[in-house]
Amino acid sequence: MNNDRPTIPGDHDGAEPGLTPDPALSYREGDIIHTAPEFALADADVLAAERSDVIAGTSLWRDAWRRLLKNRLAVFGMIAVVFITVACLLGPLVIKQLTGMTPDLIPSGVGHIRSTPPLRAPDGSFSWLHPMGTDNQGRDLLARVLQGGQISLMVGIIATFVSLLIGVSYGATAGYLGGRIDNLMMRAVDVLYSLPYIIIVIVLLSVFKSQTARGQVILLFIALGSVSWLTMARIVRGQVLSLKNQEFVLAARATGVSTPRIIFRHIVPNTLGPVIVYATLTIPTVMLTEAFLSFLGFGVQAPLASWGSLATDGIQNIGIFPWQLVFPGVTMALTLFSLNFLGDGLRDALDPQGSRQ
Amino acid sequence: MLRFIVRRLIITIPTILVVITITWGLIRLAPGNFYISEKAIPAAIEKNIREKYGLDKPWYEQYGHTIWNIVRHFDFGTSLKYEGQSVNAIIARSLPVSATVGILAYLLALVVGITAGSIAALKPNSKRDYASMALAMLGISIPNFVLGPILILVFSLTLYWFPPSRWNGFPSRNVVLPVLTLSGLYMAYIARLTRAGMLEVLRSDYIRTARAKGLSETQVVIRHALRGGLMPVVSYTGPALAFLVTGTVVVERLFVLPGLGSYFIQASLNRDEPLILGIVAFVAITLLLMNLLVDIAYAYLDPRIRY
Repeated sequence: MNNDRPTIPGDHDGAEPGLTPDPALSYREGDIIHTAPEFALADADVLAAERSDVIAGTSLWRDAWRRLLKNRLAVFGMIAVVFITVACLLGPLVIKQLTGMTPDLIPSGVGHIRSTPPLRAPDGSFSWLHPMGTDNQGRDLLARVLQGGQISLMVGIIATFVSLLIGVSYGATAGYLGGRIDNLMMRAVDVLYSLPYIIIVIVLLSVFKSQTARGQVILLFIALGSVSWLTMARIVRGQVLSLKNQEFVLAARATGVSTPRIIFRHIVPNTLGPVIVYATLTIPTVMLTEAFLSFLGFGVQAPLASWGSLATDGIQNIGIFPWQLVFPGVTMALTLFSLNFLGDGLRDALDPQGSRQ
Repeated sequence: MLRFIVRRLIITIPTILVVITITWGLIRLAPGNFYISEKAIPAAIEKNIREKYGLDKPWYEQYGHTIWNIVRHFDFGTSLKYEGQSVNAIIARSLPVSATVGILAYLLALVVGITAGSIAALKPNSKRDYASMALAMLGISIPNFVLGPILILVFSLTLYWFPPSRWNGFPSRNVVLPVLTLSGLYMAYIARLTRAGMLEVLRSDYIRTARAKGLSETQVVIRHALRGGLMPVVSYTGPALAFLVTGTVVVERLFVLPGLGSYFIQASLNRDEPLILGIVAFVAITLLLMNLLVDIAYAYLDPRIRY
């Protein structure tokens, strides 16, 4: 896999703290100037020059941020992701304040319960009450989509976090220990890679089907997280292989730092760039898998809803009430679209070599 | 090369046994049973059922029995829910459906994806590059169970061009929508991979040589660049097959096709242990062998690779 290529030249900046101090360090130097004025007076010019130099060359992160802002698609993705997240978090509350609709409210007083088209009142006249229409039970679809987004995003983020924990520890351990252990650990990853893991997840979710909706969501976190760490492990291992022979690791080892501490305090922080990129790209994948499982009926259970389960409900009525599928589906696609662009942009920003193509 | 193939084949067998064991363990560890899902049964009847299916024996004996039959005779037994039908017969019957849809979808994705990717790569940062890449990103972001119903809505329920569901053999108009739904994602991925691969190759020295010796642009692209530029696509075939399995599950559900995926979901819901084990083992074997083929093809396409 070309993931094993030691890329991310920026990492060298982080890898050799002695050569390129991070901004925090340069500030500490600034503090010394203030507390020791006689020293400052003598070398003020030199230090000032040094300081400005340090700040101008600021770390990989500020550089990456600048590059990211230049990428229009990535900025669009970032804004859209933030917007959708905020909307999902606050939206249901705002809607309740404005219209009195909640995701679970089945309005009474409507003579017959039926699905209302977008921007229509139940009697067919124009109305802002339900911008996305209602579902079969007459519940406001916008409120449901926003609440479903909470679950979808939560599953995406938490499962990615689980995969991050497993993948980083596994990959870093394998890469650092090297030799036979590395060989064995990575061969195991190869084997797992070729397995129909999604099939095993389906078996797991179907036989352990939780009685409560909340339990099912937790099962989803575990199931999705524990199958999506493989690529992360490979990427981290590749990074660690290129880092572990550098001086700062040698220095840590020479001063008697324990192996786990070297791995997690000295090496892992330096692999952060690719890890962030890949984590950003894992979130949409996990969300897609969650939606897929919900579509099959193994994912999020009622009364909870996710974009996947809402879209699935909509599929039943595709011929008559297409908006029930279109709105959750499009919202989800838009979110995944934005996350993918953001992830691509981050990769270009943190790996300028690769982006020169 | 031969040693590499033999070594990989040898590792395949224990891998598949591990998969079967994990699946078996999951089914057995979970609370409940396949016969208890419908209604409470008197103790005497339950005892008879347990005897009939060998559930009264100790677990290691049951496990050994299952594994032995699989290893020795490649026999997964009979389905618990489709009575009197052997697992092997069910797989043999449903596989052609899944394989037809899967292979057609992958071929379509290859043709469209490689064309779109090459067009984008030949003029990087042009309008058509951006357009095709944005389209590809869209393809990656739309879940296939959203794409499918939208296609049904447009082509079946509005235009009446293709039937919205059911299997009618191949070739028939029933195939079109499932194949389109399934191929969307792969088209997008392959287009992106082709573009990246081609961009890298088009800068390399041997392309400059080919141009310098006066080959036409078409010949440079088709005879020289594509071979190297398609390497990422070839290595994607392995993961793609795994996703294809997932995809066919969705598509078969959506379009009510009697394929492997439909049977698998039904088996999982029924806790039909022999059928689950059979399909899992079958899919695992297929994936492992296809991955091996991909690696061989890789070595063949890139003379620098040695095993």
